[in-house]
Order: sequence, then structure tokens, then C-alpha cells
Amino acid sequence: MSSNSFVYNEQSGGGEAAELGQEATATISPAGAFGLFSSDLKKNEDLKQMLESSKDSAKLDAMKRIVGMIAKGKNASELFPAVVKNVASKNIEIKKLVYVYLVRYAEEQQDLALLSISTFQRALKDPNQLIRASALRVLSSIRVPIIVPIMMLAIKEASADLSPYVRKNAAHAIQKLYSLDPEQKEMLIEVIEKLLRDKSTLVAGSVVMAFEEVCPDRIDLIHKNYRKLCNLLVDVEEWGQVVIIHMLTRYARTQFVSPWKEDGGLEDNEKSFYESDDEQKEKTDRRKKPYAMDPDHRLLIRNTKPLLQSRNAAVVMAVAQLYWHISPKSETGIISKSLVRLLRSNREVQYIVLQNIATMSIQRKGIFEPYLKSFYVRSTDPTMIKTLKLEILTNLANEANISTLLREFQTYVKSQDKQFAAATIQTIGRCAANISEVADTCLNGLVCLLSNRDEIVVAESVVVIKKLLQMQPAQHGEIIKHMGKLLDSITVPVARASILWLIGENCERVPKIAPDVLRKMAKSFTSEDDLVKLQILNLGAKLYLTNSKQTKLLTQYVLNLGKYDQNYDIRDRTRFIRQLIVPNEKSGALSKYAKKIFLAQKPAPLLESPFKDREHFQLGTLSHTLNIKASGYLELSNWPEVAPDPSVRNVEVIELAKEWTPAGKAKKENPSKKFYSESEEEEDSSDSGSDSESESGSESGDDGASSEDTSEDSEDSSNEQESENGSVAEDKAATKRNPETKGESDSEDGEKKNKKSQTSDSSNVESSSIEESSSESESQSENESESRKVTKEKEKKLKQDRISLTKDVSLLDLDDFNPISTPVALPTPVLSPSLIADLEGLNLSTSSSVISENMNRDDLFKGKKSTLLKDG
Amino acid sequence: MIHSLFLINSSGDIFLEKHWKSVVSRSVCDYFFEAQERATEAENVPPVIPTPHHYLLSVYRHKIFFVAVIQTEVPPLFVIEFLHRVVDTFQDYFGVCSEPMIKDNVVVVYEVLEEMLDNGFPLATESNILKELIKPPTILRTVVNTITGSTNVGNQLPTGQLSVVPWRRTGVKYTNNEAYFDVIEEIDAIIDKSGSTITAEIQGVIDACVKLTGMPDLTLSFMNPRLLDDVSFHPCVRFKRWESERILSFIPPDGNFRLLSYHVSAQNLVAIPVYVKHNISFRDSSSLGRFEITVGPKQTMGKTIEGVIILSQMPRGVLNMSLTPSQGTHTFDPVTKMLSWDVGKINPQKLPSLKGTMSLQAGASKPDENPTINLQFKIQQLAISGLKVNRLDMYGEKYKPFKGIKYMTKAGKFQVRT
Repeated sequence: MSSNSFVYNEQSGGGEAAELGQEATATISPAGAFGLFSSDLKKNEDLKQMLESSKDSAKLDAMKRIVGMIAKGKNASELFPAVVKNVASKNIEIKKLVYVYLVRYAEEQQDLALLSISTFQRALKDPNQLIRASALRVLSSIRVPIIVPIMMLAIKEASADLSPYVRKNAAHAIQKLYSLDPEQKEMLIEVIEKLLRDKSTLVAGSVVMAFEEVCPDRIDLIHKNYRKLCNLLVDVEEWGQVVIIHMLTRYARTQFVSPWKEDGGLEDNEKSFYESDDEQKEKTDRRKKPYAMDPDHRLLIRNTKPLLQSRNAAVVMAVAQLYWHISPKSETGIISKSLVRLLRSNREVQYIVLQNIATMSIQRKGIFEPYLKSFYVRSTDPTMIKTLKLEILTNLANEANISTLLREFQTYVKSQDKQFAAATIQTIGRCAANISEVADTCLNGLVCLLSNRDEIVVAESVVVIKKLLQMQPAQHGEIIKHMGKLLDSITVPVARASILWLIGENCERVPKIAPDVLRKMAKSFTSEDDLVKLQILNLGAKLYLTNSKQTKLLTQYVLNLGKYDQNYDIRDRTRFIRQLIVPNEKSGALSKYAKKIFLAQKPAPLLESPFKDREHFQLGTLSHTLNIKASGYLELSNWPEVAPDPSVRNVEVIELAKEWTPAGKAKKENPSKKFYSESEEEEDSSDSGSDSESESGSESGDDGASSEDTSEDSEDSSNEQESENGSVAEDKAATKRNPETKGESDSEDGEKKNKKSQTSDSSNVESSSIEESSSESESQSENESESRKVTKEKEKKLKQDRISLTKDVSLLDLDDFNPISTPVALPTPVLSPSLIADLEGLNLSTSSSVISENMNRDDLFKGKKSTLLKDG
Repeated sequence: MIHSLFLINSSGDIFLEKHWKSVVSRSVCDYFFEAQERATEAENVPPVIPTPHHYLLSVYRHKIFFVAVIQTEVPPLFVIEFLHRVVDTFQDYFGVCSEPMIKDNVVVVYEVLEEMLDNGFPLATESNILKELIKPPTILRTVVNTITGSTNVGNQLPTGQLSVVPWRRTGVKYTNNEAYFDVIEEIDAIIDKSGSTITAEIQGVIDACVKLTGMPDLTLSFMNPRLLDDVSFHPCVRFKRWESERILSFIPPDGNFRLLSYHVSAQNLVAIPVYVKHNISFRDSSSLGRFEITVGPKQTMGKTIEGVIILSQMPRGVLNMSLTPSQGTHTFDPVTKMLSWDVGKINPQKLPSLKGTMSLQAGASKPDENPTINLQFKIQQLAISGLKVNRLDMYGEKYKPFKGIKYMTKAGKFQVRT
């Protein structure tokens, strides 16, 4: 030890001085990296010693340094045995850092990693939900194939956990297990199915993510959860929203019929009005009639609309693409405003949003036209943003706005960013091609640019003019002559080639210039670019065919030059042309047609948006951005001709009614619970404590001895308050959970383990009541866990009720409130859903504090009632 | 989803890597470096780069590239938005997001990243929750930790994670209860040569700093809510209430947050508070050019214009400039050709001007475009759109909070073409 510290300055003693040592190493470490291998080894040796020391602070320092190494990408795998020993450390930060280490290196050291498994298994039963969750996270992240069965078991257990946070982690673990061992797919789908039924907003996003990764084709799993997901959507965290919206877009495309036909019909109608074609009108009317939007389809469109106001660009984009792909065309317009808003955001967000707008603006320029000026380019924009904006401006150009746009383009052409100026010239060309009214103006403008000082600008103009002239083969002799003169000054090969091609093509229109150009080019042939050489050969051939008197010798000279060119393409072409145009004994029948071949009418190039071919990708996806199908891209299916049975989604309501029965029994609980929650508020609103307490309260409510029980409970909790409220309560929750996980009979265990006989009694009653009420006789434990979930959910809802915060109430929340209505409901055990909804409306107005809140809810309930009525 | 994250500094060093699934070799970044080289400027590096087996999505902030490695299809904005959130979180934690700061706090950074993503899918991104899980490092806490041996890591699940108000901590307590709202409006405009407006729009935000005890429920109403054409909210704002009554009703997060950003409807004519008179000319024959600009107030509603800064990217042909400002200081960088003039306040009686000559490269032809002028300015106590907050009410708590509202107008992307 002491000798060490002599030799290696950085290590100044044992564990006590570790902090000092750390600082020293931190400064010296770069030198260490360059130093001898042995010194590096020794440094790790010192870390090992720190890890084995008895002091937590030394261990923590060591772990911090190791994490620093991992972060820098340095190899720390040899410390594995020393680190893994600390996995059971009491210090939570050490533990966390060990987790970080394990996740990084366990894959490489599988055997040693197994040593840690038992710790995680123990932690999975920990009363603290955070510890359970992080144990599950690490266990599922260490990617050791041997533990697949353990992982499977852990996921199954966690998916039934009381804490939604743990269930969320279980949903994440599903994906991890699937990527580790795809053979578990079937089992995992079962878990997914179960978690999809979960009503917590926390879980929804993660489980849909798991669904998308494991079994995106099992659309049937969604049916029953469809309405729930739509209704929960607003309250799900933003990342979950994105995933759910994308999934629901796909779902809607398979389950509903196209709403677009209607629009088509309308357009037809308009046409027929002008044409006064009665027959057609009738036809369209007939076509229009049968379409009525599925209420579920409407539900999705309606419930996603508020999310356009999200601060998260990804959510806004997701909603935009949903509207684009599944809403009626007449409603798509509302997305434009929100998308334009995103353009104020960071460069990267702008880039993606502009790309998507570019695609949209090709098909529906109308919806973005009012925002034309938002796409004007600023000199400070990065080039890629500039080009995208230009693209959109081109797509939006029409007869009405083209003059303003052209004036704007004039500024762009002068831009110092020459790449952008070149792109603008292309744009002007496209505008000229698309809008015939301005074609001449554009052409004149482009010709003016030919005298520009910048070569790139001139070259680009030449290329664009060539395309334009090709499109309108009218008499543009002047322009061609002008361009012929430019050959002396332009050096950009593409531009030179374009001019030569143009002259060759129009050689009969400029009979005097063409041979002269060939003469000049023949002189400089050897020093030209390959591209230009090919066009010289072409020009020669064309002139030879039309004006052989003047150019015969010149062409032959050029052909001779080409024959010995270094480039084989040029040699090939030379040989080919010579055979074709110069008649000799060997030439075949083809030479007769040489003129036709060379001077055939060539189709004009189509100037199209580069975004034209992207529209078959779903908007907002990576594949759309790259214009390549990315791995794992899920194709958006076409609308079905006939809608699949919409009643598959109804099932949920029937199931809901089933679920109501146990909940209906639990109706009695509520008054006590309500009472309880109020009393709790008075005492202390410790959240972790209320978890289990309100549960026990609700259970005891079953007994009917509500007031007594609550008072006892409040006593209880006040005791707990003194001695760390949360942990005791959590303990209680844990003891309750144990029996259910073991699958033993709940009542027996409950009696043994619960401290209070009354509580255990009530749980007895509860479980038995569930047994009686449940129509499907599943295993008892499952029932139990389900009902627990329900109560948990309720309890949570109540809490939020107390602070009068609920923004939205989902369909499923109905059972939270119907308990209040029991006095009315008692005589008739099963209420009609509409009546229940009515009653809720009444009850709520008395229970919550903020009036407007109620108004919102009432509105909501009205909506809900109507859907319920339709369904039921 | 997100496989790995690499942090790359401006000199091309990977100084931090984090993997959420199997380790991806850092050689994958070579594709990124290639793209970076091609782009010449950091701003032009494409945010999405495909490689044979992965896709690299990056954001560039604070001179650091945050490069996420993706293997399968994912909405690109999802990743980009998340990366920006990571940067915001770092900034929130350490005050600044810079390479040395991240290197110094590498352990906290690692712990935070570990909590933010699980298997590449966001787990906790709300800064309130993160701060309860992993406490931001402060000097005091570091000292306390070394003495008591306590840690920066929370051992209880933050209550926000489970509640319906994940953005707010429970048990918030303040002795001075105060709520400040800043209405900040930015004018984006392009002014053409002759001084007429080509495009102008107003974008505004309301940034709040709320330090209130307990669970306050606030409502904020406007005198003229119709001005707001398009809005986006912090998740705390109740959308339904806005839809029906045009009132912002919310339980605020604790501390600083952006309550609302809005866009003022395009129908309203935008008042342009400043004008720039310019006379910039190059002559073909001589190697000297004339340069003269004057700034003056236009429609300021009687308020002073402060903090005026003028930036202009001069053409490449300009070698140097010899200028004299009537007020403020100016600099010209002969390498980047950037002229900046820090004007300060505009005094309407004595308009600030900058005059002088430019020396051009001898023999070079005159630049065909005059430089654009980018303007920055601030006007205190004025929301240029005329938006006014009517009142702020608090429910749910008994105490009386101190309320404050401040207005400010700034130049956004304000350009004058010459």
C-alpha cells in the first residue's frame, strides 16, 4: 500500500484518503492513458481496492470514476467482479451506479452477471415501487439469454403490480425481452394484451410502444381498447401520445372506410353543376349517400384535435399526419396553422416540418396558401432550410401569387449563398413550366441572368433555359444565338454541354452560328470535359446530317479526335456515330435512318418536385424524411372497400358492464371512501400512505362499518405519521401483494399476515363477493388483482377530484362515480348507462369546487352519453 | 427507439457516450463526421443521416452535437424533440450546457440520462420529476453530502410521476408567494430596399416564474384574447376552458416555465417600430465603397427603443471598413466579413448613424448584392400586438400572492434588405 503511494503519486494512501486520491488521479489520468500499460492496470487496481473498502464514500467515489470511464468510452470491463459485489449495497447511489455499470457490461460477462440476479429478484419484491421498478429495468436490460425465463416471470408479475409506474416499466421490459429472445413472442403478446387493458395513462404509451415493436400486425388486440385509448389520449404523457397517434392512424386505415369519397363526390357535383349533366349528378348523389362516418372514426379525429396545441413538436406533427391520412379532406386545413407555428422552432424541427409541408403542398396547395409569406427565405437561414422553403414556395405558386413570388425570387437570385441562388433558378424554371402565363417573363429573366458575373448562376440558368426551350419549341432563335456567344466565357461543363445540345437540336434554326460553334469546339476538343466532348460529337453528327456541305470535314476531324480519346465512352460514341452517319460499304441499313435517329422529336423534360415520390410514405416518419423505406417501417394500408365489423369495438362496453358488477358491489364503498379521503386531507396528504390506506378503507366499506373503520384508520395513519408514514403503509401493501402473487387463497393469508382482524375480514368479504359476482370464473387471484386495480384507479381519481384537476374523464371512469349514485341505484342492480351518466352529472356539480370544471365535465358526459347510447 | 447517444464537440471529439441497448461502436459517428465535412458549416449538417445499419439523428446546440443512433423506423421529430429536451434539462441542472460543464458533472449527467430513457423510450422528461430523482448539484449539497454521506439520488418515486399533475411537486412551500408573468413578443419581419414591409408577423410567449405554496389553481384572462390566432400551451393549461371561455386556467409547475406561446393573427397589421435608412454603394471603377446607415423610431407608442444592435454580413469582396458611429461601438471582422454595431438606445432627437467607407479588393468586380441588415432591439413595457392581461386569480389556496406582469417587445428575425 505505502509502496504504491510512493511509486504512484496519485494514490496517496488507503480508503481514508480516497477522495484526495481521486482528485489527483483526475488530473493525472490523461498522462496515465498515454503511459505504460502497467500504470493503467495499477490505476484500476486502486479502483478495485476502493470498491472493496468498507466505506461507502470510497465505493461511491470509485463507482463515480468508473462511470466517468464508461461515459468516455474507455474499457472498464475488467473491474466487473469487483463492481458486481456491490450490487446489494445499501447506499442507493452506489446501487444506481452499479446498475449503470451492469447494463453496460453484463452482456460481455454473462457468467459473472448471473451473480447479481438474485439481488434483483429480491428487489422485485421490495415494498418501494421505485426499487421494484428499477430492479425490473436493470434485470431486463442486462441482455443475458440464460435469464429469459426469470425475466418472463418478472414481467408477468410486474404487469399485475399495483403501481402503474412498475407496470409502465414492465411494458418497456417486454420490448427488451422480445429483442433478446423473439421466441417468447406468444407469451409476451399475452402480457401486452393484459397491459393494453390497463387504464392508467402512465402505462398506455409504453404498452402501445411494446405493441408496435412486438406485434404490430395484431390489430385485433386494439379493438376493445380503441375507445379507451382515444379518450385517454389527452392525459397520456407527450411521448406516449406520439406513439399512440401513429398506431391509431394505422388502425383507422384498416378499420374505417375512406371519408374522402364524399369530397370527391362534392367536386363532381360542382363540375356537373357547370356541365348541367343531370345523370352525373344523380350518380354522385347515389355515391354520396351510403357514406356516414363511423362514430369511432369521428371520436379519434375529435379527440386528437386539442393536441395540435401541444408544445411538443412531435405531437403536433403526429396529429397533423393523422389528419392528413384519415380525416375528411375538408377538415385537413386546420393542421396548417399549427405546422406553420412549428417553423419558429429549432433548425432541426424546421427541417423535418418543412419536408412534410413540401409533400403536402404538392397535393393540397390550398391549405398552405394563406401562409405563403411564412415560407419567405431569410438570409440567416441555413442552406438546407432555404432550399426546402423554396421548394414549398414553388409548390404554392399559382397565377394569383406568381408575380409577388417572382419579385421575391429576384432577391434570392442575388444571394451570396450561390448554392441557394442556383436552386432559385431551378425554381423559376419550374414556375415557368407550370404556369404558362409567366413562362415568357421567366425566360426573359433567366436570359438576363446569363450576363451575371457569377458562373454558377449563369451555368444554372443555361441548364434551365435549355429545359424551357425544349418544352416550347417555338422561335427562340435569339436566345440560342445569345447562348452560343456565351460558350466563349462559360466554363462550367454542364452549361457548355447544354448549350451545345441546344444548338445541335436547333441547328436548322441557327444555320450560320452552328457550324461556327462546331469549329470553335473542335479547336478546344482535347481540353474539354467528357460531358462536353460527348455533346460536341452529337453536335457534329447533327450538323453532318443537316449541313454536310459546310461541316463534313469538321465533323470528321472531331470524330478522329474522339477515336483516340482516353475515355472509352467517348471512343465508343465516336465509333457508333461514325458507323451511323458516314456512309461506307460496311454500314448497315440503319444509316438510312440516321437523321431520324438524331433529330427525332424529343419529349420535353418534366420539371417536377423532388418531393413527388415521397407521398407514398406515411408523413412524419423517418422513411418519409429519407425517402427510403427504413427498417421496421409499417406500411399504411389503403382504406378498406367495406368497413370491417364495427361492433368489435363495442365489446368493450359489454365488458365494461361486466366489470361494473364487482364495481357495483363496491358502490357501497364510496361514501366511506369519500369521508376517508376528506379526513386524510385534514391530517396529512402523504401520497404513498394513502395508496394502501384508502384501499383498506374501501374494503372495510364493504362491511358496512364505515365510520368506525375510518376512525380507526385515521388513528392508524396518525400513528404512522410519526414513524415514517410511507414505509409502513407500503409494507402493508406488500404483504397484501404477496399472497396474490403466490396464487394462494387470499383470505387465509390475509388473516395470518394482516395486523387488524377487521381489515382481513373485509378483504375476505371482498374476495368472496367478487367470486360471486364475476360471471366469468377466472382464477381467484386474477380477479382479485383486477379489482384491486379498479380500486386503485378509483382512489387515484378521487385524489385528483379533490384538487379538482381532472382535465378529461374517460369512458372508464364511469365506474368511479357510479358509487355515489348507489342510493338511487340500489333497488335496480343494473342501471342503464345513460342513467348513470345523468346521475354523475348531478353528483359532480355538488362535489367539485370549480364551476367551470363541472361545465367541462358535463359537456364531456353529454358526449359520452351519446356514444354510450349509440353503443349500447 | 433511441439506441445510443453521442456528444460531439466542435473539434470532432466524442466526449460522452451512453447506450440504452446493446453497445453501438463509436465508429458509427464516422458517417456523421463525413456529413459534417461535406456541410462545411455546423448549421448545415443534415439532422438525419442514414448509414448502412443505423440512422443518425442530431441536434446542434451550444456548440455541441447531440447525436442519437436509431435502428428502426421512428418519427424523426420524436427523437429531435427529445434531444432538445435533454439539452434543456442539462441547462436546467447546470445553468449552462457546455462541454466542460458536462464533463465535470458526468455522473449526474449519466444518472439523468438513465432516468430519461428506458430502452430508448422516454421515461421521465419533466424536470420536476427528474430533480426529485436526482438532485441538481450545488456547492452546498456537495459539502453536505461529503460530511453526512447522503446522496444526490432520491429513493422514493417522485409523486409527480404518478399524479395527474406530473409537472408539479407536492409540498411546495414559500414564505414569499409570488407569481410573475412576462409577456414577450417578437417581431419577425422582412423589410425591402425601399422600406416597405414584405412580411411581418408577431410571435409571443408568456414565460412565468411562479413560486407559490401548495397547489394553487390559477386563471389568467386577457382583455383582448381574440388577438391570439394560434396558441400552444404548457401541458398544465386546461384546453377545454380556453376553447370555451378564452381563459387560461392551470395548476402551475413550480418555478420557471413557458406557459403559452402564441401567434398574432395575420390580419392585424404589424406596427414596425424602427426604420433603417441606408445608403450602401459599390463603384465598379474604384476600390472604395460608400456605407451609411441611420436608424430611427417609427411606431413605438411613445416608448424608447433600447438594446439596438445591427449585424450585417458584408460581401466577400470587402477587405476592410473605416466607419464612424455617432453613438455606440462597432466592429468589423475582416475574416468572417461580419459588421456589428452596438447602438444602444435610440434618441429620437439625435438619430444614431454609422458612416464611412469600405475598401474593396482591388481588381475584383463589384458584389452584385448589397448586404442584408439584421436588426435587434428591445422595447420595455410594450406588447406590440396590444395584448393585455386582464386579471390573474388564484383558487385553492388561502394566502394572497404577489402578482406581477411585465411586457416586452423584441426583434425576432428582423431583416432589412438593401
